[in-house]
Amino acid sequence: MPDTQLEHAQTLIKLGQPEQDDWALSRHEEALPGQRPVIVPLALWLDHAGDEGLAPWLPSDTELTPELAERLAAAPLIAIDFPAFTDGRGYSLARLLRERYGYGAEVRAIGDVLVDQLYYMSRCGFDALALREDQHLEDALRALGAFSVSYQPAVDSQEALFERRLKEQKGA
Amino acid sequence: MYRYDTYDQTLVDERVAQFRDQMARHLAGRLPEEEFRPLRLQNGLYIQKHAPMLRIAIPYGMLSATQLRRLGEITRRYDRGYAHFTTRQNLQLNWPALEDVPEILAELAEVQMHAIQTSGNCIRNTTSDQFAGIARDEVEDPRPWCELIRQWSTLHPEFAFLPRKFKIAVTGAAADRAAIQVHDIGLRLWHDDQGELRVKVLAGGGLGRTPMIGDVVREDLPWQHLLTYLEACVRVYNQFGRRDNKFKARIKILVKALGIEEFRRRVDAEWAHLKDGPQTLTREAVEAARAHFIEPERRPVAEDAIAAVEALRGENRAFGRFVTNNVTDHKVPGYKAVTLSLKRREHAPGDVTADQLDAVADLAERYSFGEVRVTHEQNLVLSDVPVDELETLWRELDELGMANPTVGTLNDIICCPGGDYCGLANAVSIPIAQALQERFEDLDFLYDLGPLDLNISGCMNACGHHHVGHIGILGVDKKGEEYYQISLGGNASDDASLGKILGPSFFREDVPEVIDKVLKVFVEQRHDDETFLDTYRRIGLKPFKERVYA
Repeated sequence: MPDTQLEHAQTLIKLGQPEQDDWALSRHEEALPGQRPVIVPLALWLDHAGDEGLAPWLPSDTELTPELAERLAAAPLIAIDFPAFTDGRGYSLARLLRERYGYGAEVRAIGDVLVDQLYYMSRCGFDALALREDQHLEDALRALGAFSVSYQPAVDSQEALFERRLKEQKGA
Repeated sequence: MYRYDTYDQTLVDERVAQFRDQMARHLAGRLPEEEFRPLRLQNGLYIQKHAPMLRIAIPYGMLSATQLRRLGEITRRYDRGYAHFTTRQNLQLNWPALEDVPEILAELAEVQMHAIQTSGNCIRNTTSDQFAGIARDEVEDPRPWCELIRQWSTLHPEFAFLPRKFKIAVTGAAADRAAIQVHDIGLRLWHDDQGELRVKVLAGGGLGRTPMIGDVVREDLPWQHLLTYLEACVRVYNQFGRRDNKFKARIKILVKALGIEEFRRRVDAEWAHLKDGPQTLTREAVEAARAHFIEPERRPVAEDAIAAVEALRGENRAFGRFVTNNVTDHKVPGYKAVTLSLKRREHAPGDVTADQLDAVADLAERYSFGEVRVTHEQNLVLSDVPVDELETLWRELDELGMANPTVGTLNDIICCPGGDYCGLANAVSIPIAQALQERFEDLDFLYDLGPLDLNISGCMNACGHHHVGHIGILGVDKKGEEYYQISLGGNASDDASLGKILGPSFFREDVPEVIDKVLKVFVEQRHDDETFLDTYRRIGLKPFKERVYA
């Protein structure tokens, strides 16, 4: 496969900051690109376990079984695809990777990644956000900081607000 | 009622700022309509037939006098001086200008209100019993639990893009006034033999295109696990609910496709990981929620005042009718809950004017501790009226046109805005309601019919809950013509059932005559003390069909 078909994230936000990206992305189901490092479809990655220049991307309908999660533990990063911004399955996948399976390396959102999803994504454990190419970086950075308070525990905070309130009352 | 602390206020203020930013980007062309759409919907903003529509959340139906006055001001300043209460305890403005909406939301936030998640494919406003906290048949006040659910579901980061909308209703009483069996998740609070609170969890109920009664996922969930269990249910839905066809995307389709056993197995497998996690409720957390719903300081009411009201019921026929139909018993002797009827011939069911909103705010302060509830039947309730003030309240309501003594009768029609306003509707619904109210306005006739729910929807999205009306009317479109399909035998309460379609649909002008024939069959065939629903369940659809299509 010619490497010209590879995608590069125009704008990557990592841990809240814009960052230069080394990883290319291939959506080709069968052909393994020559370039490294490269993110490839999950099935292809599973077939080439041991190639350290590869990382998998998961389609949004991936059923994250314990067996799959065990294999994914070795990945240098895991990307989760948003085929449409209205497809919310990726949020659950990211939380499962982080909270259930304790995956600690980069979890990257790819595909239809728009400014107004970023806050939710970061709460669900995505630490790298590959913005769709038409998105504005300034808008994105502003949207990430839209909220200073949240009710639910998620990956970013293990404490429900009701617990925090009780603690503060006791402390006061 | 629940009062915001600085966390709640900050979140709502930040939400307004976020939406202002989104609106600005949209108007500047940086956020195209198809991408703006889910964002505006999750802030209650629809683009309708004639104008935008803004749906404002009234969490589990509770409103303060201050909030009512602010709603009155907003309808005057940004709309045409009236608003519409919906079947899900929300309030809709029909004529706001698109660019004004961030400002409206900011003004709502000042009185601890918002429009968060009143539309869109997310967890919607949690609804409940309008008599919560005062009902005689209540075992547990559902409002603290609704508030815990409200907080859990508000801006839930994982569930903002579900396959479809998701509605939760909660009851804590013996009689279900929250229609929990026709919600995506219905919750019933009950006490076990040891007096421990448990939650019965139903899933997969719903109206719309494919109406279904919910199945029991769990009979006896211990209260500590309510939020983690809900999270497991919604996560299973988020992952496995259909996304290829919006008409098959509700959780009810998933529950039916998997079967309730397999759905329960998946929820339990998910829950096994979440159980006892950080959202597990503690007694302290529940007590903190309950502290927002304390009993008001009710003054004692003299015994002879109670007797005097009973005497007046006999003497004054109009007052007697009002008490019989619009006044509900209270758990505290000497107090009553009063339903303010929003069903008047000149107005669409559920509509209120700005002046009425102000007037109700005054009445709430003078008669009922400054609080009002919204019912899913599109009426309002003053929940704590001392009986010795009942007569003066009634006279004031009468002057306001809100004492129509027809609550629970055929005249108390549930109705969606329909084709007059709604972009989705196939047919008008308000004129049907008005034609029926005009035809069947004789009070003696209405009382003789007994309790009768007549529900009208202008399309199969079923906002008017026609499937669960004892008589349901559905507007349908056939080659650009409006027709009406009639169904019988639906019921939203404890023994919930879905109506059966009578037969081929009718022209708009024929609907009152058809309903008249249906009622005649009931009157002729009923046994003593039978309600319409009883008679229908005994004799079935056939006699009605034979008369109507004769």
